[in-house]
Amino acid sequence: MGQRTPLYDQHVALGAKMVDFGGWDMPLHYGSQVEEHHQVRRDCGVFDVSHMTVVDVCGAQAKAWLQHLLANDVERLQTMGKALYSAMLNPAGGVIDDLIVYLTPHGYRLVVNAGTRDKDLAWMQSQLGDYAVELRERAELAMLAIQGPHARARTAELVSPSRAELIHSLKPFQGLADGEWFIARTGYTGEDGLEIILPASEAVDFLGELLGAGIAPIGLGARDTLRLEAGMNLYGQDMDEQVSPLVANMAWTIAWEPASRDFIGREALQAERAAGVASKLVGLVLEERGVLRAHQVVRVEGVGEGEITSGSFSPTLGKSIALARVPLATGERAEVEIRGKWYPVRVVQPNFVRHGKALI
Amino acid sequence: MSNIPADLRYAASHEWARLENDGTVFVGISDHAQEALGDVVYVELPEVGAQLAAGQEAGVVESVKAASDIYAPLAGEVLAVNQALVDNPELVNSDPYGSWFFQLKPSDVSELDALLDADGYRAAAEADA
Repeated sequence: MGQRTPLYDQHVALGAKMVDFGGWDMPLHYGSQVEEHHQVRRDCGVFDVSHMTVVDVCGAQAKAWLQHLLANDVERLQTMGKALYSAMLNPAGGVIDDLIVYLTPHGYRLVVNAGTRDKDLAWMQSQLGDYAVELRERAELAMLAIQGPHARARTAELVSPSRAELIHSLKPFQGLADGEWFIARTGYTGEDGLEIILPASEAVDFLGELLGAGIAPIGLGARDTLRLEAGMNLYGQDMDEQVSPLVANMAWTIAWEPASRDFIGREALQAERAAGVASKLVGLVLEERGVLRAHQVVRVEGVGEGEITSGSFSPTLGKSIALARVPLATGERAEVEIRGKWYPVRVVQPNFVRHGKALI
Repeated sequence: MSNIPADLRYAASHEWARLENDGTVFVGISDHAQEALGDVVYVELPEVGAQLAAGQEAGVVESVKAASDIYAPLAGEVLAVNQALVDNPELVNSDPYGSWFFQLKPSDVSELDALLDADGYRAAAEADA
C-alpha cells in the first residue's frame, strides 16, 4: 500500500481508479480520462495534488542560498507572492528536479515533485553548509489544483469574501496567503486556474464544497495529457539527472546574468553551451492514426536519430502528440517507429494547446 | 464488477469469441479489458484473408494510457474486420460486446471448447485485477 493523501477516502467514494504514483495511491481517473480532460479545457475541474512536497525556506540567507541552489534567480522575484519556475541542478548540470518557488513574507515557498521528495530534501540539506537558512517541510498541508477557464470564478463563489477578493486580484504566476490558506494562480494544464495549499484538516471539507458545486474531480491521467498539450515537462520522463536543461526546453529558466552568480551546475552548462548543444526537445504531431509513446525512436533523414520522451493521444486535437529529444539540426519533418513501421510526423514547437486553443 | 455474458467464450488474454450459426466466429475484447485500458483511442485490425494461428497477434488496441495486443483466440482465416472501430475507437468502451474486431472462419471450431467459459473468465479476470 502506498502513501495516502488526506483526500484518499473521497477519491475511493467517487469511484476513482487508484494507481501508484511515486509511492502514492492516487486517482488515475474517475470514469473517463478523456472526458475529464475536456472538462478542464472547457470549464474547470479539481485535482488532488497533495502528494507534492511543500518546503518553506527562511532565515537571513535564504535568498543567497537559493541563488546558489537554483539555476533560475530568485532575485527576479520582486513583488510579494511572485512565482518562479526553476531547475535544481547537480554539479554536472543534470536536473535533480524542477520546482516552483514563491516569494513569501517569511522567505520562500518551494513546491517540488512527489517522486523526488527524498532525494530533493537530502540534496538541499547537503547544500546548506554555513548558510543561515532553515528548511521546513510542510507535510501537514494538502494541495488542490482547480484548473480551467472558469476555475477562478467558480472557486471564488465558495470561499470567504477576503479569499474571493484575493482570487480575483491575483496576477498570473502569483501566490499569496490568506490565513492558513496559500492561494496561487499557477498550474500544470495550460489553462487559467488556482493551486491552493491548505491545512489537511480543511481540505476534506473544501473538496466536498467544490464537488458539491458541480466542479468535476480530475485524475492524474488527464493531468498528464493536459500538461503534454501545454508542452510542460514531466520530471523523470522529459528530463532527469542525466539531462541538462539546455536540451530539455528549459534554457529560458537559466538566469545567466549576473555572471557573478555562482549557481550549482553553472560551470557544466557554460561548457556545454560553449561546445554547442547536441540536441533539443521538440514537439511531434502524428497526422495519421496511431499513438506516439515514450521511448519510440525518432528518425530524421540525413540528420540522425532521437527518442520520444512523452507521448499520448491529445483529446483536444484528436490526434497523437509527443515531446521528443532530437538532433539539433532537425527540421520540420521526422519519422517515428511504431511496432516496426515508420510513420511521418510533423516537428513543431513543444506547445500544442493554450487556453483551450490549438496552437499547431 | 464487469459484464461477462454467459453465451460467449473467453481467452485469458481478454478476448471474447462468439460462434455464429454459420460456423464463423466474431472476436472482440471483454468489458473487463476495456475498463482496464480506459479510453480507447486507436484500433489496428488484421488484414482480411490473413491466416491466424491460435494465440497469434491479430491487432492492437490503444487507450490514452497504454497499447495492448489483441490475439486470435483460435486459428482461422480473417473473413472481415470492423472498420467502424478504426473510425470510432471509443465504441470499444461504450459497447465492448457489440464491438467485434474481426470475423474468423475457424480452422477447427472445437478449439472454442479450449477457451474459458464465463465463470472461468470471471475467476481469471478477478485474479488479474
